[in-house]
Parts: sequence; structure tokens; C-alpha cells
Amino acid sequence: MNKILFLSHLSQLFRRFGVLTAIAVFSSTALAQFRVDVSGVGMTQVPIAVAGFKGEETFPQKISNIVLADLERSGQFRAVSMAGMAMDELSRPDMPQLRQKSADALVAGSVTRLADGRYEMRAKLWDVVSGQDKGDYRETISQADLRLSAHRIADWVYQILTGDKGVFATRIAYITKTSGKYSLWIADSDGENSQAALTSAEPIISPSWSPKGNQLAYVSFESRKPVIYVHELATGKRKIMANFKGSNSAPAWSPDGRSLLATLTRDGGSQLYQVDVASGEAKRLTQSAGIDTEPSFTQDGSKIYFVSDRGGSPQIYRMAATAGSAERVTFNGSYNISPALSPDGRWLSYITRVGGQFKVQVMNLSTGQSSAITETSADERPSFAPNSKLIVYATVLQGREALMTTTLDGKIKAKLSGQSGDIREPAWGPYR
Amino acid sequence: MIKRSLWILALTVVLSACSSGVKLNEVPVEDKVASANEATATVAPSSMVAPVVSGNAGVQGVPPAGVNVVYFDYDSFTLKPEARAVLERNAAHLQANKTFKVQLEGHTDDRGGREYNLALGQKRAETVRRALTLLGVSDAQLEAVSFGKEKPAANGADEAAFAQNRRVEIKY
Repeated sequence: MNKILFLSHLSQLFRRFGVLTAIAVFSSTALAQFRVDVSGVGMTQVPIAVAGFKGEETFPQKISNIVLADLERSGQFRAVSMAGMAMDELSRPDMPQLRQKSADALVAGSVTRLADGRYEMRAKLWDVVSGQDKGDYRETISQADLRLSAHRIADWVYQILTGDKGVFATRIAYITKTSGKYSLWIADSDGENSQAALTSAEPIISPSWSPKGNQLAYVSFESRKPVIYVHELATGKRKIMANFKGSNSAPAWSPDGRSLLATLTRDGGSQLYQVDVASGEAKRLTQSAGIDTEPSFTQDGSKIYFVSDRGGSPQIYRMAATAGSAERVTFNGSYNISPALSPDGRWLSYITRVGGQFKVQVMNLSTGQSSAITETSADERPSFAPNSKLIVYATVLQGREALMTTTLDGKIKAKLSGQSGDIREPAWGPYR
Repeated sequence: MIKRSLWILALTVVLSACSSGVKLNEVPVEDKVASANEATATVAPSSMVAPVVSGNAGVQGVPPAGVNVVYFDYDSFTLKPEARAVLERNAAHLQANKTFKVQLEGHTDDRGGREYNLALGQKRAETVRRALTLLGVSDAQLEAVSFGKEKPAANGADEAAFAQNRRVEIKY
């Protein structure tokens, strides 16, 4: 009893202290053009120091800031200030001083412009506690891939120190709405470095990444009705995937990339179909009198999760991918929608309505236990990172639509601040 | 008087449109995809994203004079008594102009998820489609679609705005 009480006090202390630390760190790097608003702090974070990379001064975004912000956003690292300690990967770190700052790990590196215009990125990781060198990172890249390389370094550090694969070099798709214009953006996992894939005067919703990450399916209203497109990102090539009579929406790829689940109304009422990507043929999967929508495959392709109001209120159900009877998954509340499955198959995230508020929930699929993980009240569309450790979701902050990432326990949240205006409909892309 | 002359004007427009030989409802569907392909198909590195600007189909017909919108109560898909006049007027118009086709656009207020609202708006559009069919309109003239919460008629987070947004627009 006493121990639990003590721990909860300690976590409160840590939380306050942690927030202050985060503010201090980021105000000291005021030149950074992007920001991670870390709210809350977990108990098992690795204190890490990331030295300014030698040669990074000439870039608008500092490599070291990108690496550090990535690691912090994961919820598993806490920044230790490197103020007054200039070094690179060849330096001999002042271990006693770093230990005094309570750093457990140190990253230092350099970026060098080569004669052919490309850049050489180097980094080294040290275990400060043991004083050991934990490995070297080196790659040659074009200037356009500097941010990508910084994210890869963060992934490399993350993997060595946590044993899990990092997701910082992955991409996120989202939609913005600014003065009546809708844009589909592809951005780095921190929301930055966004590139517009599609701009339209009509709404775009429900982007879904192909398993290989080279294509997106989405719903565009450009022909004055919802139509599903498949869009190849590198070339901008688009094809209409489903344009049947009525509405065509909620696309979700099969794990093999050969078909899409979709909600079509061609036979009257919103029902689930499987659309073959090569032929465009649609096979009906559900036969209910009500609404069936928002389908998604499990990672192994064996089951489909979806939303249905067949029981009188919208709830999440699952059924075999070969169709057949469905089993209800959510039981609490009268409005549970937008199911997202973690790639490891252990978690289900969804949106529940409680007292007029819409909140992200995370359910442990082995126990069926669910918990709310946000303090906001207009959450939408959770999407898992490919390592199943983070969720990106849409919400409203100070009257503006915004994207947040959160750890599954809700303890570490970061606002993605890559775009101005209203940002919505996030979809976290696969590893690349 | 003014009302009557407007009616005559509207009728004249409708009739002249019919007799002109131009089938207003049969605006060809533009293949935006093909043109987008040609404009942007270039070889690019894998981290590049090629930008596409979508076109707008802009399909239109000739609607009957008056308001062609049906409103719904919260969480409801049943037609209110006020809807009757709107539906009867449009049913007569569509039966008199068998080549006309309309889109019944369902809309919701902005509370809740985008895809689920799309399905709710669809349910409203289907209700209007069935009502028009019962009034004698051929199903081939009707397409029920939904915009969900994407195209509110009124902005605002109060019931007055919500009520304006829960609607089906009959679009020619």
C-alpha cells in the first residue's frame, strides 16, 4: 500500500519536473523551426544527450534537434542538455560530466558536404554508464534526404537502446483544409517536410497506405460524390478504384496489397465489399439491414474489424475475412467507431462517445479491457505506427483541428506541427 | 404577380432547355485521371511525391423552382411533414422530365467520425430516394450519395447550425 502511494507521488513529481525540463530544453534551442510539445512523462525513460552535429549549423533544421525530438516523442527517452559541450563522433566524451548530468546515453555526429554535392552523415552512440562505445552510423545521402537520414539515426539509436524497431523514418499521410481548399499531404513521422500529393476544391477523406507504402487509397469528392482512388505517390498516377452508383468510401488495403476493403452503397445501404485492385470488381462481404462501414484487415488477413449499427447503435465487430457471422467487440457506450488494429495484433484503438465527447480508446485484445488515453473531446481516426508503440490521431486543440501522437498508455503526447490551418485524417505509413 | 412571372420564367427556362436538343443531364464524365497521369507522370526518386490538382466535374441539370432541400431531426432518418411539398414538387418535375437525373446528397451535422457520418448521410439520402420512388419517379433517375459532415450548410456549433446541416439536397 505504502509503496504504491509512494510511487504515485513520485510519478506526480516526475510529471511536473519532466514538463519543466522539456520546456527548458526546447526554449534553449529556440532556433528550431519545429516543436514537440511533450505532455506528461513516463517512469522508465532513458536520459539521453544528443550533441549538436558538427556541420549542421548551415541547415535550417538541426540534425541533432530532429534526432532528439524523435526520441522524446517515442516516450522512451528524456532529453539531457548538452549545453556547452561541443563534440562530434570522433571526440572523446567527457563521461564524468555526462554522468553528473545523469545522462545514460550519448549521441554525437557530423554532417559533411562531399565534392559531388551529396552529404556524409556520421554518428556514434555511447553508453555513458559503462563508458562503452555502442556503435557507429554512416551513410551518404542527397541534400533532400537530410531529414530522412536524421530520422534513420533516431531509429538506429532507438533500436540499439530499446531492442524495438523505430518508426521515425516512416511517413504519415494527412489532409488539410485551408480556405476551402483540401490537400492530401505526405509528411515525415514528425509531421514535417510535407509534400502535397493532391489538391482539390472538394473534400478528401480516409487515406489508407498500401502495404508497400508506395500508394495511397482515399476518398475524393471531386466529382461531387465519394469515389475511391488509388494514387501512386512517386508519379502522381491515379486510378479510380471504386465509382459505383451511390457512395464509395472507407478504403482499407489487404495485407497482400491485391484488394481493398470498402464501403459501397450500390445495392442500397452502406455495406462492406472487397474490391480487386487489378480488375476493379467488387464482391459483397456483409448482408445487414443497417450500416456496415470502416472495415480493416488484421495484419495476417484472417479477420476484418468494422463498425455496424446492426445492434441499434454503432459498435465495433469482427468477422472472418471469408465473411460469415460477426462477433461484437465493443460493449461499453452507445457510439464506438473508427477501429484501428495494431500491427502486432495486440491492441485495438477506436473512438468512443462519452457524454457528448469523442475520445481515443485503446483496448487490450487479449483481456478486452479498454481505457481512454486523451484529455481532448473531439478525437478522430486513430492510426497505429508500424511498431505498434505509438498512435497518431486527429483532435481539436484551441479551436483548430490538429494531429497528435501518443504512446499507448497516453502518457507521452506530441502535437505534430508541420502545417498551419486545420489538419485531419492521419494515416501512419508502413516501414520503408 | 412577381411570383407568377418568376414561375413563368422558370418554366420557360425549363422548356427551352428541353426543346434545345441539348440533354443537360448527360454531361460527359470527364476522365480526370488520364489527364492527371499525363501531366505528372515523370521519373522521380522514391521519396518524392508528385503533386496533383484535381478537377471538378460540375454536373448540373435544371431544378424546379423553390427550395430543394429536406431537413432531418438529430439522429433521425424519417421524413418530417415539411418534406412532403418538396418531394412532391421534385417528383412531378422528374416525371415530367424523364431524361433528368438527380443526385440526392445526404449531409449530417459535424459531430462524430467522418466515415460514420458519411454512412448516416447516406441513410438520409436513401430515405429520400425511396420516397421519390414511391411518388412514381424512376429509380434510374435517382442516385443517393453522401457528403457526411464534409459540406456543412451552416458553420457553428449550436443546434441552429446543426439543424441546417442535417439535410438531403436534391441536386440537378
